[in-house]
Amino acid sequence: MARHIVARTSDIPPGGNKVFGVEGRDIVVFHVNGEFFALLNRCPHEGAPLVKAACVARLTSPEPGVYQRSRVGELLRCPWHGWEFDMRNGQSWFDPQRVKVRSYPVAVESGEELQKGPYVAETFPVRVEDNYVIVEV
Amino acid sequence: MSDVIDRPILAEEEAARSRLRIIDCDVHPSIHAHADIEQFLPKRWQQHLRTYGSHLRTPYIGTTPYPRSSPLIARRDAWPPTGGPPGSDLDFMRKQHLDPLDIEYGILQVLDLFIFSQQNLEFGAAIQRAINDWQLAFWSDRDPRLKASILAGQDDTEFAIAEIERCAKIGRYVQINVCPRANEPLGRRRYWPIYARAQELGLPLGIHVGGYGGHAPTGGGWPSYYVEEHQSNAHTMAAQLTSLVLEGVPERFPNLKIVFIEGGFGWIPSATWRMERHFEAFRDEVPHLKRRPSEYVKEHFWFTTQPIDEPDEGRHLRSLIEWVGADRLLFSSDYPHWDFDDPRYAFKTPLTEAERRKIFNGNARAVYKF
Ligand code: FES
Repeated sequence: MARHIVARTSDIPPGGNKVFGVEGRDIVVFHVNGEFFALLNRCPHEGAPLVKAACVARLTSPEPGVYQRSRVGELLRCPWHGWEFDMRNGQSWFDPQRVKVRSYPVAVESGEELQKGPYVAETFPVRVEDNYVIVEV
Repeated sequence: MSDVIDRPILAEEEAARSRLRIIDCDVHPSIHAHADIEQFLPKRWQQHLRTYGSHLRTPYIGTTPYPRSSPLIARRDAWPPTGGPPGSDLDFMRKQHLDPLDIEYGILQVLDLFIFSQQNLEFGAAIQRAINDWQLAFWSDRDPRLKASILAGQDDTEFAIAEIERCAKIGRYVQINVCPRANEPLGRRRYWPIYARAQELGLPLGIHVGGYGGHAPTGGGWPSYYVEEHQSNAHTMAAQLTSLVLEGVPERFPNLKIVFIEGGFGWIPSATWRMERHFEAFRDEVPHLKRRPSEYVKEHFWFTTQPIDEPDEGRHLRSLIEWVGADRLLFSSDYPHWDFDDPRYAFKTPLTEAERRKIFNGNARAVYKF
């Protein structure tokens, strides 16, 4: 797996998302509650673009009339037929045994650390002003 | 990864795809702004629309059935960047739907203003007429791929006939639409003059789900939830198929083609089997039927595919297609609504090239005479 710098953390505001072309694939990165998640921008059901999905909460009901929300913003609701997926691992809440969105590991590293890595051209100075979002594909 | 989208595409499907353009029998355009439709409405009804709005045959006084599942029942990605509701911007529809999916023809199905469910029949007639004109001016004239339907709500049969005559003279409409939820079941004789005219003109009768006849949408009463109501679309279609067949519409109008739109097709075998068995026991109650119910179903009716049934096992969908008949099915996407079907992934079972040709193009070409 290669690591790809896709954005600065500030490029994707909290609650926002953005699509990046990485190795020929459209990958959508979500920023939720301080964490970043990367998924294939394509619903496994009929292919809807997940960048347009709603970020929703897990809604459960122990009994009629009682509702509980949890994991606010961490579940994706597909823009077409509304199947729900867990951003952490792409797991479907709709048909969990069979359906999954492909997900990718994401890390946030500071520019300073990256400077030491293989991504910096030797001859150009790099200004460190932010953290970078790195997706492994 | 998932076994849903990763269904292998057969080599022959791949080959067929490159040659096959799609006829989409259910595309929903919507009105961008009231002013667009008002220009086709007489002053008296413009005033009425502004003052009274819709007065529908629903028990939910002062409400409309929206939102259902998602705002304006639309795909979340279908809101045009130029503003206005999904389906209201032709350029965006071209860019998002007609061009990328290579749609050869898209048949327009207008639901705006609850055309078929207005309590005030005269107002209902005025807006149907206005929308019939608007479909040409705003859609068909601007993109020849988009074909209009004559809206002719059957509860005002006299109006319906007059409107069919008027539009047929213009000659650019491909079907006559009536509503599955009207005052009475569709087989009743009061509606037959419409069927007679449709047969003479050679225009198929289109029946798109929806509408409010003032009755509960299920035989069991009013549903509590949208998910429950959505389910009732299939019951309604089954009831109308039964009514049309058993009251003798295809027997009386053998050249009339009837298309059920947006009702899916999973319910057809059971509805037909039941009619068939009961017909054996009760045939002397309906002596006007000269043939078996299944023969009428298989020869006079077509069904659009969306919302497609998705059984856990693909082979069950395959049996369903085989039973209903690949020659009875017309592809429809329902763009831009939330339960849109993408022609590339909607069928969770492989289709042969012959089946694909029929379902995605050939059947519609024959039914609508493209
Ligand atoms: S395409 Fe995502 S739920 Fe159908």
